[in-house]
Amino acid sequence: MCLAIPGKVLEISESSGLRTGRVNFGGIVSQACLDYVPGVEVGDYVIVHVGFAISKVDREEAERTYQALESMGMLEGELPPATAEDPEKLS
Amino acid sequence: MSEQVKTLSGFTCPVPLGSGERVLLGHGSGGKLSADLLQKIFLPAFENPILSRLDDQAILSVNGSRLAFTTDSFVVKPLVFPGGDIGSLAVHGTVNDLAMGGAKPLFLSAAFILEEGLPFETLRTVVDSFRKAAFDAGVDVVTGDTKVVEKGCCDGMFINTSGIGIVENGVRLSADQARPDDRIIVSGSIAEHGIAILAQREGLSFESSVQSDSAPLHTLVAAMLQTGAEIRCLRDPTRGGLSSTLNEIAARSSVGMVLEERAIPIREEVRGACEMLGLDPLYVANEGKLVAIVAPGDAEKLLHAMLRHPLGQNAHIMGTVISEDPGLVVMRTTLGTTRIVDMLSGDQLPRIC
Amino acid sequence: MKYIDEYRDERIAHGLAAEIRQLITRPCVLMEICGGQTHTIMRYGLDELLPKEVELVHGPGCPVCVTPLETIDKAIELAVRPDVTLVSYGDMLRVPGSSSDLFRAKANGSDVRVVYSPLEALKIARSSPNRKVVFLAIGFETTAPANAMAVWQAHRESLTNFYMLASHVLVPPAIRLLLRSADNRVQGFIAPGHVCTVMGCQQYEELVSEFQVPIVVGGFEPVDLLEAILMLVRQLEQGQAKLENQYVRSVTRLGNVPAQEMLEKVFEVTDQKWRGIGLIPLSGLRLRPEFSQHDAEKIFGMAEIHVEEPIECISAQVLKGLKKPTDCSAFGTRCTPESPLGAPMVSAEGACAAYYRYRRHKALV
Repeated sequence: MCLAIPGKVLEISESSGLRTGRVNFGGIVSQACLDYVPGVEVGDYVIVHVGFAISKVDREEAERTYQALESMGMLEGELPPATAEDPEKLS
Repeated sequence: MSEQVKTLSGFTCPVPLGSGERVLLGHGSGGKLSADLLQKIFLPAFENPILSRLDDQAILSVNGSRLAFTTDSFVVKPLVFPGGDIGSLAVHGTVNDLAMGGAKPLFLSAAFILEEGLPFETLRTVVDSFRKAAFDAGVDVVTGDTKVVEKGCCDGMFINTSGIGIVENGVRLSADQARPDDRIIVSGSIAEHGIAILAQREGLSFESSVQSDSAPLHTLVAAMLQTGAEIRCLRDPTRGGLSSTLNEIAARSSVGMVLEERAIPIREEVRGACEMLGLDPLYVANEGKLVAIVAPGDAEKLLHAMLRHPLGQNAHIMGTVISEDPGLVVMRTTLGTTRIVDMLSGDQLPRIC
Repeated sequence: MKYIDEYRDERIAHGLAAEIRQLITRPCVLMEICGGQTHTIMRYGLDELLPKEVELVHGPGCPVCVTPLETIDKAIELAVRPDVTLVSYGDMLRVPGSSSDLFRAKANGSDVRVVYSPLEALKIARSSPNRKVVFLAIGFETTAPANAMAVWQAHRESLTNFYMLASHVLVPPAIRLLLRSADNRVQGFIAPGHVCTVMGCQQYEELVSEFQVPIVVGGFEPVDLLEAILMLVRQLEQGQAKLENQYVRSVTRLGNVPAQEMLEKVFEVTDQKWRGIGLIPLSGLRLRPEFSQHDAEKIFGMAEIHVEEPIECISAQVLKGLKKPTDCSAFGTRCTPESPLGAPMVSAEGACAAYYRYRRHKALV
């Protein structure tokens, strides 16, 4: 469940009494309610589900953990490939 | 763990619900249900070898010449959308069906079904757009019809266009011609028309700069034919998207297909919209793109000719025809794994889940 | 697209898979709870990248799949009324009820509309004051706050023609049920990242304590899932059982407090029937009495109905991870996406539909 994607907040305003943002998802801009993420500012990234931002993307955490992932990607060439026992798993 | 509950009458039999006794919207979506409707109702009624080929157009031999003949109806809502309207769409759709048969489009008919209460201004806009599209495509509108139905009986306007074109000798394009090792080329980025339309609909409102790609493809086709490349088949992936078209060709030719996800062009905004709504772009409509199945040795030559044409600037070789698993279309994902690209069942609906 | 593409990186994915292969010494059974995660696994063929020792079973995390038959029947009953506009998320339209579905109701002339957001349903109610607008509000904890806001707004604006037919399900009771069953084979769980974004991690910490089973809160992109699987495998290999958070860019331990507060204000926990599984105590949400005038079940005087599932559908066992869709005698033949017997075949997230669309040919080989 829970298709939610990250987007960048371009503008914040009010609509029908709700704090609303114009959010950019890779070129497509859509409105999202920001009432559940009160600290969010223009330029922040939010995760949006059915037109509601449910979290603000923690950029520092994302950066930190991503660096670990990247180094794992670089190591891939150094680890032994899948053995002949599971030929189906060779990509 | 389940409670013992009383049975509600109507569902004790494990036989599936099936599509029931009525036409559903899904029957018009270009996927499996549409194919089903053809197989169950229309083909048995109109049985003949030309129709049974189920190409986008019929190629008819008349007094030594080969004519292409096709018809298409346009029921798009909204009537006007970014990048076009039902008028230009009605011209492009039929011109393209002719072009996919290798024909030079010559004449169109135009039948309008108008809803009582439709503003003249809307009608003028559409008719003007129709006129311009026909002029730009070099086709003459030579016959037509108008009917008016009561308010509520059609969405403002429906248009049917039929078209006639002429096919040069030696050109033989059909969905049953694909052979193992052939290459699959797409003329440009996908899913634009479907997203442009969706962006206008109530309940899915987002700002969008996505324009429909509605365009006449016959000059692109002419340039492609001129290369002398051994082209087996041309198809424009409209309703049901790229996936439905490729599945149809694979089935008709009894071949398999392997697509490269990385090689399928898609614009950022279109991808963003698909991600947001949970839609798979392979199933979203196009109105100004074609797929070509071409002999392997001629693929590069054909690609270059397409890249030089304004409507083929983003063309890519996106897959290969194979002999294994006839009728099955699979895709190598960006991770190097394999997934099936199945035929759509009905309409693809935005999802939350 | 930022925060999406990086988590689909091929090299990182292969790197993670290689690391899992390196680490694993014995077979293990892992469950991803969320339908969105199932979808990613199928769509990216992640099981192709994993060593054969890792067996993935798919959990009941598809709110569309587990929405009770009765709810669909009630929605159809309401849609058929000439004064009602039934508004729903797209996923629900093709889910079979006892004898019909909303798509068919639409074909028969009912006013059924699809929206992406519950706020759109409110807009429809505002612009059509003569219509009774009923919003079919389904979902897990991720969607419940959005649905709650819609009712909250309607109440604030005295939007008297806006109603909700609610059927929400809560994840932790379902996991508890699974872990308590004698035939449970699952050794580690990938918890649903967006549910935890809203609810935080505490409920899952409790499950770890109670059952001594590793749980990792995972995201939805291929790299997220592979990383979560790696973290679970690492725990199992080291004989650990703790709660870890892989989806740190969105999930915090406390979760989204304003959203939780809204849930408290609008809903109360209730017993809930899960399609294909049965009644799970205190696993659902219903509208609080203060919002009765927006509660479709109360206002439209809907009778309690009980329905049985078709015999051949084994969705209960699929949803509990006991059987694979391919174990079902009807899979791909009598039960297909065009003519589904049960909910997991209808929803794009349902295990059966995912199997059918992405992996079917392997089963037939």
